[in-house]
Amino acid sequence: MLKRIIFLWLLLLASAAIADDHVHEFKLANGLKVLVQEDHRSPVVVSQVWYRAGSIDEYNGTTGVAHVLEHMMFKGTKKVPAGQFSRIVAAAGGRENAFTSRDYTVYFQQLEKSKLPLSMKLEADRMANLNMSDSEYAKEIQVVMEERRWRTEDKPQAQVGEQLMSTVFEVHPYGRPVIGWMNDLEQMTAQDARDWYQRWYAPNNATLVVVGDVDPQQVFKLAQKYFGPLKAHKLVKRKQQAEPEQKGERRAVVKAPAKLPYLAMAYHVPSLRDPEKDWEPYALEILSGVLDGNASSRLSRNLVRRDRIAVDVSSGYDAVNRGPSLFEFDGTPSEGTSVEDLELAIRSEIENLKENGVTEDELQRVKAQVIAADVYKRDSMFYQAMQIGMMESTGLSWKALAEYPKHLQAVTAEQVQAVARKYLVDGQLTVATLDPQPVDESKPKHKEMQHAH
Amino acid sequence: MRTKFIAAAALMLTSLAVQAGLPIQHWQGVSGAQVYFVENHDLPILDISVSFAAGSSYDTAAKAGTAAMTQDLLALGAGGLSDNQISNRFADLGAILGSDFDPDRASLKLRTLSSERERSGSLELFATLLQRPDFPASVLEREKARIIAGLREAETQPESIADKAFAKALYGSHPYVLAESVEPATIEKITRDDLLAFCRAFYTRSNAVVAIIGDVTRQQAEQLAEQLTASLPDGPVPAAISSVPLPQQAVEKRIEHPAAQSHILLGYPGIKRGDPDYFPLYVGNYILGGGGFVSRLTEEVREKRGLVYSVYSYFMPMREAGPFQIGLQTKREQTDQALALVRDTLRKFVKDGPTAKELKAAKDNLVGGFALRLDSNGKVLDYLSVIGFYGLPLTWLDDYIGQVNKVTVAQIKDAFSRRIKPDNMVTVIVGGSGESK
Repeated sequence: MLKRIIFLWLLLLASAAIADDHVHEFKLANGLKVLVQEDHRSPVVVSQVWYRAGSIDEYNGTTGVAHVLEHMMFKGTKKVPAGQFSRIVAAAGGRENAFTSRDYTVYFQQLEKSKLPLSMKLEADRMANLNMSDSEYAKEIQVVMEERRWRTEDKPQAQVGEQLMSTVFEVHPYGRPVIGWMNDLEQMTAQDARDWYQRWYAPNNATLVVVGDVDPQQVFKLAQKYFGPLKAHKLVKRKQQAEPEQKGERRAVVKAPAKLPYLAMAYHVPSLRDPEKDWEPYALEILSGVLDGNASSRLSRNLVRRDRIAVDVSSGYDAVNRGPSLFEFDGTPSEGTSVEDLELAIRSEIENLKENGVTEDELQRVKAQVIAADVYKRDSMFYQAMQIGMMESTGLSWKALAEYPKHLQAVTAEQVQAVARKYLVDGQLTVATLDPQPVDESKPKHKEMQHAH
Repeated sequence: MRTKFIAAAALMLTSLAVQAGLPIQHWQGVSGAQVYFVENHDLPILDISVSFAAGSSYDTAAKAGTAAMTQDLLALGAGGLSDNQISNRFADLGAILGSDFDPDRASLKLRTLSSERERSGSLELFATLLQRPDFPASVLEREKARIIAGLREAETQPESIADKAFAKALYGSHPYVLAESVEPATIEKITRDDLLAFCRAFYTRSNAVVAIIGDVTRQQAEQLAEQLTASLPDGPVPAAISSVPLPQQAVEKRIEHPAAQSHILLGYPGIKRGDPDYFPLYVGNYILGGGGFVSRLTEEVREKRGLVYSVYSYFMPMREAGPFQIGLQTKREQTDQALALVRDTLRKFVKDGPTAKELKAAKDNLVGGFALRLDSNGKVLDYLSVIGFYGLPLTWLDDYIGQVNKVTVAQIKDAFSRRIKPDNMVTVIVGGSGESK
């Protein structure tokens, strides 16, 4: 009876919290935030639990533990023994998986809408009751090492990516791979994973995002029922780690069996922090669109199609991060062209931008794509849930999503030129290249290759 | 990062399902094209695909790569517009051009806003690409160089080496090998005339299948299907693809590579679209290796022993027998152990079939998760395109759940034992074994 009264009171709070037509926000007494977006086009639902814990929260020596724990989350609680989580979801017709990033760890199910309570029941159970055995850990850490071999050790371009990050960030945890260094995985223990779980897996460090053919009030009720009884943890205070200012260009080379060389470049740029007041991150996004928004944006048009210096070339910027951002370029030189030539060509595109800015046509083209993308995203419930969870888990808010396209629309040509001038400067550049080695002459690879720097 | 996307993608390929009640309209246009349409006004968007029997199996061995290049170059010069003008125009309208390509089929796809200006602008351009491609000589030279560079890179990477060796071992000289027969030398030989000839022969009116879903009326859909296909050339229906011969003995190919992991592929010719064994094999494969974390292969190789990150099996139904494939990667020292375990698991499954409990779990998933297959316009478009291209009955949608539910343990055991021969499998191992470390 008491439960019911509390529950009604929470519902009242919830309706007061509605600030947008699309996303309904609700917070349980234990700190779990619940965000619901209705989408009635199909009788299905996607449910995601976002933990604000990723590789950014790791320490040296146990890199990769966030991701290892993600694997272990499928290895059983007292009520749901190892292997049963996936079987129960599968038997309900569901699809499920999980992923770990630098900033967060996410668990999700996609189900026919009537199965949502099952998903919540299972997620609430493993949020608090994970029962990790040493024997399950011993097997799963082998799986994770196989994953690392598959993703990185045998992929020359992935190695360059890893090398680039560890050169750009000498101090900040973004310098370490999400999957962890092989040596750390070899040294890791089940207790490391348990400690991680104890530290970060709590309702007050999580967000539940539900998108689908649901009634938000019903979802709140279910969340209260399943997650409500869980206790909040006292969370350790996170210490912000800032990367010391880079004072001069940095370079790294990776040798690996491959045919073609490969080039990756990164400049330090700001992340979005105040969605209302910041303008530079929006200008950087538009800049990224001008350089690489479609098949005939500047980089492709000039370096691939016109000058034929590159087989392919691209650029990218991601404004939404808990940590610092980068503006990145990468590409493969054409036959007879070196990585040095390609780097020069990219840098001359950057100089041209700084000197002459962007045309009105280019600006309008990128903005037309922004408007369309905002419509197209509605065809994917999963993607919409991802956007909501990502904004919340990086310390922004889903509320910033509605205005996001408008902020991009407001960017001027002068602002694009200004961010290029301010941030794409030589002293802030890091370059990593692949020096291809003949396949037949190289020996079987050893783990030491990962520790070139 | 605990992804099973490889397995999921394979499942998608093998699962042709249409939601009960999804109202597909079908007609043959004045142009001769077959049109499949679902009217849906929930979102202001329109998705279209136009498919032709113009996949890699219509290549010749000497000039393998012609089919793929023909498709690529459609968007790189048409009606006097340059590649840059075409992509800029699509971008200005917020439209997205896409494509699919496999041994049977080449498809071009368009996603556009349904508002008048965007829709009519992008459709006009889409029609130009399909009907008035220019195949500019300088673009051809540029693209050849890019493709050759990609091929040279692929020659060094274990995954690509394995795929190529697998296709050769499985298909021999059958046209389905051509997808993996593209070499720098075959690309060098391709001329502009080859592309023009290929386009005239295969991108024809009667060969076209148009799939449409989104925010237009039936009348608008009829008009746009005509607009896209009316001035395509006339031509005969392409000759049928010959049937795939079955291996008479086991083939095992080991290719040395210094990678940390060995890439292992096992296979056998699988099934055709519309195959009478489709449902027993499809449901059975879910249990064997299609069902992600709950499959037998994952249970034995990953969950119980930690030997792999990913192990999967799939049937890819095609016009003729597409591959049945099992794939995994494991560190080189445990290659033989993992391979023996996979072979043992397959052999046991073919011999004994699934348990009643496994079958029930499979049906629960396939039936219970049916709605997820069609929860976006993008997904529906792909299903419409497959139904149209392979001429599957429109009642497929009403039949799917019933067909899955009808499958018995005995049928799965019977179908697997007739169709999959563990003693005659093709096996490819790229990497090394225990000794080479």
